[in-house]
Amino acid sequence: KMLCHFSPSGAAGSTPVKIPAGAGGSLTKLAYYSTVQHKVARVRSFDHSGKDIDNEPLYEISVQEEITARLHFIKFENTYIETCLDFIKDHLVNTETKVIKATGGGAYKFKDLIEKKLGLKVDKEDVMTCLIKGCNFVLRNIPHEVFAYQKDSDTEFRFQTNHPNIFPYLLVNIGSGVSIVKVESEDKFEWIGGSSIGGGTFWGLGALLTKTKKFDELLQLASKGQHTNVDMLVKDVYGGACQTLGLSGNLIASSFGKSTTADKEFSKEDMAKSLLHMISNDIGQLACLHAKLHNLDKIYFGGFFIRGHPVTMRTITYSINFFSKGEVQALFLRHEGYLGAIGAFLKGAEQDNPNQYSWGENYAGSSGLMSTSPDVSPLQRTRSGTFDMLEMDRLERPLVNLPLLKDPSTYIPDTVDLTDDAMARKYWLTCFEEALDGVAKRAAASQPDSVDAQERAEKFRQKYWNKLQTLRQQPFAYGTLTVRSLLDTREHCLNEFSFPDPYSKVKQKENGIALKCFQSVIESLDSLGWEERQFALVKGLLAGNVFDWGAKAVSDQWLERLKGPPHKCALIFADNSGIDIILGVFPFVRELLSRGTEVILACNSGPALNDVTYSESLIVTERIAAMDPVIHSALRDEKLLLVQTGSSSPCLDLSVAAVVAERQTDLVVIEGMGRAIHTNYYAVLRCESLKLAVIKNSWLADRLGGKIFSVIFKYEVPCK
Amino acid sequence: MFLINGQSQPIFPWFGLDIGGTLVKLVYFEPKDITAEEEEEEVENLKSIRKYLTSNVAYGSTGIRDVHLELRELTLCGRKGNLHFIRFPTHDMPAFIQMGSEKHFSSLHTTLCATGGGAYKFEQDFRTMGDLELCKLDELDCLVKGVLYIDSVGFNGRSECYYFENPTDAERCQKLPFNLENPYPLLLVNIGSGVSILAVYSKDNYKRVTGTSLGGGTFFGLCCLLTGCSTFEEALEMASHGDSTKVDKLVRDIYGGDYERFGLPGWAVASSFGNMMSKEKRDSVSKEDLARATLITITNNIGSIARMCALNENINRVVFVGNFLRINTISMRLLAYALDYWSKGQLKALFLEHEVKFLFKICLMAKYKS
Repeated sequence: KMLCHFSPSGAAGSTPVKIPAGAGGSLTKLAYYSTVQHKVARVRSFDHSGKDIDNEPLYEISVQEEITARLHFIKFENTYIETCLDFIKDHLVNTETKVIKATGGGAYKFKDLIEKKLGLKVDKEDVMTCLIKGCNFVLRNIPHEVFAYQKDSDTEFRFQTNHPNIFPYLLVNIGSGVSIVKVESEDKFEWIGGSSIGGGTFWGLGALLTKTKKFDELLQLASKGQHTNVDMLVKDVYGGACQTLGLSGNLIASSFGKSTTADKEFSKEDMAKSLLHMISNDIGQLACLHAKLHNLDKIYFGGFFIRGHPVTMRTITYSINFFSKGEVQALFLRHEGYLGAIGAFLKGAEQDNPNQYSWGENYAGSSGLMSTSPDVSPLQRTRSGTFDMLEMDRLERPLVNLPLLKDPSTYIPDTVDLTDDAMARKYWLTCFEEALDGVAKRAAASQPDSVDAQERAEKFRQKYWNKLQTLRQQPFAYGTLTVRSLLDTREHCLNEFSFPDPYSKVKQKENGIALKCFQSVIESLDSLGWEERQFALVKGLLAGNVFDWGAKAVSDQWLERLKGPPHKCALIFADNSGIDIILGVFPFVRELLSRGTEVILACNSGPALNDVTYSESLIVTERIAAMDPVIHSALRDEKLLLVQTGSSSPCLDLSVAAVVAERQTDLVVIEGMGRAIHTNYYAVLRCESLKLAVIKNSWLADRLGGKIFSVIFKYEVPCK
Repeated sequence: MFLINGQSQPIFPWFGLDIGGTLVKLVYFEPKDITAEEEEEEVENLKSIRKYLTSNVAYGSTGIRDVHLELRELTLCGRKGNLHFIRFPTHDMPAFIQMGSEKHFSSLHTTLCATGGGAYKFEQDFRTMGDLELCKLDELDCLVKGVLYIDSVGFNGRSECYYFENPTDAERCQKLPFNLENPYPLLLVNIGSGVSILAVYSKDNYKRVTGTSLGGGTFFGLCCLLTGCSTFEEALEMASHGDSTKVDKLVRDIYGGDYERFGLPGWAVASSFGNMMSKEKRDSVSKEDLARATLITITNNIGSIARMCALNENINRVVFVGNFLRINTISMRLLAYALDYWSKGQLKALFLEHEVKFLFKICLMAKYKS
């Protein structure tokens, strides 16, 4: 591992105020950029000239070392700062680094220590600039970063779909005081207001009133108190007749209005609660007034007052709902605590311009939301001193919304939200648990020559098992829980333990077998009448999976459509290697090409299960082209284009695709369980679409109102 | 508490009652032009009430007459007299009703005019304990009409409404009369136990914009808890001797000076009570410092909310009224300062000499006359 940049942000990094040393909750957040060497599976075509291709494998598989960029964010208690600096020093191999970017109160406090230990100059960055840079970055790059908090619903955390346009927004940072900032673009933001009544007021005044020193303990007290013993409510002033005013009797008329006496004792809990309400309501009110003035309806809240504290998220949300009459939404960020550190890092890496890349959250290397409470997830304390981590992998190409999505702002890739649906969650978590031993075995078996394959497979098993247990306790840990996120997490964990492609051998074998059948399949298809052939082609797309399939599943609409003019261009998202791609997709592609339709075939950039990868698809296509003149000429004339999705997931998120619809695409074909059922089942596109899959899971079949091995054949035409 | 019995002129005694969350404000009109005939007819009861109220400045252990606010030789409904202002804590309301009952108030055939939340809360008690009917007047109505009436009444020949000139300059700051001849639109901020903010566009067109629970009750309540004081006056007195910068964390405490990136001056409070996060500093502050910080916190916050409301409603005159500001020059000057500074001179803070809801009673009396 090589570290290039790192940017520790000091105690309570994003607050403009230094948190006193030793007072609980002081954290240092460190952001650094590393290049990670990890194993990737590569396929390379053999030179077949003069060889007996029948007995040779189709292509060569090798595992190579690849270097990719990764962003690391770690949080640790300030007491570990020296250990942390030692860690950095040991890994600081890039001698070009002379300056370290730091922000937050700790940047001042630890300046000397850092400079002495590392021999680097500490460059202090403006707190708010860092905060906003970091905020833009997470809003742009992390799916389900944003959530609304709803205490009284089944799912406390309501994750929001990433909106393609994040600006403008209001950021309310509640540190010791409150800063209200309007962010209009990447570089344009303005402090539009603030308040001195913030986290420091809760803490300072709370400490005076209750003699409780720690912030967390004050919140604990508050969550047990009854504010009505201390606050004067509207009904205390008006008696029972408050309806006449149109005000609810339970509203607070005067905070601490009942403590206007020297001869009564008030409980610590009640006073803390009253204080919490007072401060939260006040901040909410001011935030709403600012939002109204600037005509904004989204407010992101951050700062140590909010950070990971359901109690404060609840009171702030209540206040915003009350004062805006539901017109403004209080939103929170999963990685709020890292914003300052991320921003400081980005400042330092400005020459590299990290915004030109896309970054994906690595579920294997990240601890989830609320993991700050160690009693809930003791398993995540993986490194001494750190208890919260975020890792993001750099993806080599920018990922954007597929322009063909009808409404990118409302597109939700996933069909079932497991955060919301407790029954579904239990079912799927159990499914993944039960399948885990098999996956670990297969991973070990995929590397028979490696001496430590067994050991790594066991580590993988343990890690993924722990993730699943965390998700049972905290389904919201990584944003909305879905079958896709469970599958992706499994892939990330496999990669973490150097199992880049456990299915590579299986795929190689199946591709070889299928290729041998290609010509005879084409011949038999060509011998069929037109209508029969269309049935058979669609059937082929679902082949290998289903045998009891009847003709009635084919939508008559699709047949009717085929009788009409050809499509200009079809974008096909491929699924599995082997029979599926070679005997299902290619004959279908061939038919489209013969009709005069251009075809873009999109395959995954990286491996996932037995899905066909882009590099495999190149070899397969080359081999088919050698056999088939239609494919051959289409490739030559660029009527058939092979592209990569940018993804390494068995599912498909069309809001972060590398594929840009070219050539006036007017048909999108999505096939397979992962892409057409777990995700995109409800996706609405601007053009015609075909979603095909066989439901190979009885629970899901039941949920969608069908039977196991039912065929999903959804042909959709956009409404005019 | 003047009479409403269909006569063109209400019969004595003339009272107005504003029952707030913390304080009850009582206004009493003492007729000075009583004819011998009237004197003759005047029941013994009425006489003793008048005597009791006008010859004392304190009633029981908690009732106080604000002599300095007295409006002398006022003509109301064709009668000349003095208007007296009396206040006592709301928690003594039952004792007040009891007294009314003992003094056979009901025999005077009065209907008490009352406003404030307590008009609703104590209505039943007045009926059962005192055999008295309350005429409830809408609080916001009283407030608005009261403010609009003040200018025509005047304060013993002086202006009722005033402002601070050069509020940002301690040396040159002075209190000057303000002519409210053309009052609309105005933002009316009533600071009692809590705070109500109204936007007033005309005599009959006004709306409650918002309110906050951080008001006078919060200042007094927190002061009681933090300093052990027992009266509002005591709390204010302590505040006048304290230093809030020991308690609050200022912008300069964090940035060493101004925070230029955001144009924040070093003297601005970054975190109210922010220094109290540290045990060391908690141990070194005085009760006076704490009282001062509480006053500054509450006042600044009211100023801030009022300023935002004024911006949202596009109003540039803000009238601050309510009992919190009584004898509270620190808060008034701070409000004037804050409004001027943060609005870059666009907003003007105005103040009144009297509790406006009292004044509305006068207004109502005048209405009866017409």
